[in-house]
Amino acid sequence: MSDAEAAPPPPSLGKLFWVFLVMGATSLGGGVVAYLRTGLVVRQRWLDDLTFVELLSISQTLPGLNATNMSILVGDRLRGGMGALVATLGMCLPGAILMTGAAFAYGIGGDDPWSKAFLHGIAAGAVGLIVVVMVQLGAKVLKTPADYLFVAATAAAVAFFKVSVPIVLLAAGAIAIWWHRPRDRDSKGDPK
Amino acid sequence: MKQLWDLAGVFAYLSLLTVGGGMAAFPELKELTVNTYHWVTFPELLHFYSLGQLSPGPNMMMVASIGAVVGHIPGAIVALVAFFLPTGLLTFAVGRLWTHLATWRWRPAIQTGLGSVAVGLVLAGAIIMGMGAITDVFYGAIGLAVFLLLWRTKINPAYPIIASGLIGIGMHYFGLS
Repeated sequence: MSDAEAAPPPPSLGKLFWVFLVMGATSLGGGVVAYLRTGLVVRQRWLDDLTFVELLSISQTLPGLNATNMSILVGDRLRGGMGALVATLGMCLPGAILMTGAAFAYGIGGDDPWSKAFLHGIAAGAVGLIVVVMVQLGAKVLKTPADYLFVAATAAAVAFFKVSVPIVLLAAGAIAIWWHRPRDRDSKGDPK
Repeated sequence: MKQLWDLAGVFAYLSLLTVGGGMAAFPELKELTVNTYHWVTFPELLHFYSLGQLSPGPNMMMVASIGAVVGHIPGAIVALVAFFLPTGLLTFAVGRLWTHLATWRWRPAIQTGLGSVAVGLVLAGAIIMGMGAITDVFYGAIGLAVFLLLWRTKINPAYPIIASGLIGIGMHYFGLS
């Protein structure tokens, strides 16, 4: 879908906030990226697919959640710093209010055996969800046998040997980045 | 007041570990909120984390729950701001520099290298979470069923997660847990 004709005029801050608020309130079940694409590329036509993918790849490279990173990048593209702020607020507000409410509800009813049974059930289900996320992420980024070794070493160090995460991130990250270092010898200063 | 500062410090620190998604921060999240500060118990953390998967928007809004447990509404706000501000500012800055970085020859190396470490952190999170949530073969079956369903179909994850909760209630009714 490349209906990128003349760029439409940037939306007002209020409209930007509203569109992100709607996405923040309706993106049930985690797949925020799909909701973002539908909202921003298909419906509002604020971005074309190429820009969307480019911003998504920045979001995925940097620390932070994809949903908030995307809100910041898209908001900044459309309306500068204030745009980034209102887009992020809109994206986060519904979930934040719900989860704050959940904490109070939990304080009242969390010890009830029936709610405990429900929560234990969804926790077991969430483990399945996380493994799927891991498999999907892995399918995208794991390319060589060494990558699988980095995965296993990182997971074992953190989960079983209780090495603290920043140390693992720095050590394994440095080794893995070095492993994939740019090696095109023929190019001199050719940025590729 | 000190607790609000503790919240700010913990969640600002966790923010920087969310490489490849929120789950990458789970091992440290557990270590700090359960073992170091005793803000929540491990089962409570699992419950909030799983509820967070059901809420719309970014999938780590459960940091607001922990903030609220520690310091009510101010606690929730502090936890959220601390969790999103550091990486938010980084993303904002890098987003503006991106045109210069897009052709940087180390960028693919960093993306692929950190990618495999991120998958490893998510796996570690899944293992730690599994040790708390998969307490017997029935819960193992729930987790496996959700995994297979989400892996093989395009179903919205909220449905199997809610179904897991209902099965949990059913197991309680029949005295299986």
